Amino acid sequence: MIVQSILHVVVLVLIVIGAALAVWFKDLLSSVLALAAASLLVSLEFYMLQAPDVAIAEAAIGAALTTAIYVIAIRRTARKEEE
Amino acid sequence: MNNNSMSVIVRTVTRFMYGLIILFGFYVIMHGHLTPGGGFQGGAVVASAFALLLVAFGSAGLKGQLNLHWLQSIEEFGALAFLGLAFLGIGTAFFYNLFANSGGFLFGASVPTGSNAGVLTAGGLVPLMNWAVGLKVMTGIAAVVIVMLVGSHKEETE
Repeated sequence: MIVQSILHVVVLVLIVIGAALAVWFKDLLSSVLALAAASLLVSLEFYMLQAPDVAIAEAAIGAALTTAIYVIAIRRTARKEEE
Repeated sequence: MNNNSMSVIVRTVTRFMYGLIILFGFYVIMHGHLTPGGGFQGGAVVASAFALLLVAFGSAGLKGQLNLHWLQSIEEFGALAFLGLAFLGIGTAFFYNLFANSGGFLFGASVPTGSNAGVLTAGGLVPLMNWAVGLKVMTGIAAVVIVMLVGSHKEETE
């Protein structure tokens, strides 16, 4: 039981770190990849909370499809954030 | 390397992975009434394989394989199939499960009482509706990504 609690805390801290990195990066491609990593960790957290149904949907939509659409949009526009 | 496709690493990994991702998506749709997941989740997984192909190879990777009109036709067929299946049991109620326990014909097997591993041919209309939703979701999301890719490409050339 204590191991599960520690695992929950570790995953939640990593989610916050990933989201903060997505805001902090000036390179937009790195920012999108940090967002994808945070989304994948959210999916892992859903699985650990015994909602595998939501975890599959989150992994497919959040980690794969939005990343693909962001990558297409970045390729057509500027990659670096302007100051 | 033209501007439209990504590096050789991304393309090689995509060639290895997209078949497995599509297979897993169809597995999730097919076992929707037994295991976690269903039409929407499996369709989203298949659509993510399409999105991976489009990001890795660009619009040149389409080669007419993924026609937008075909995708829209399949999407509309999925929506109409879902509604039609829901209207099949209108004599009793909307969404009435007509085929459940009907005996063998199409997903009509009876489920034994007690704990069991799950019967794939049981469920009545539920697996058919999972297939309808899966077809609609996978083609709809693939069409969204294709429009994003092709539409932005046109704007650039103008």
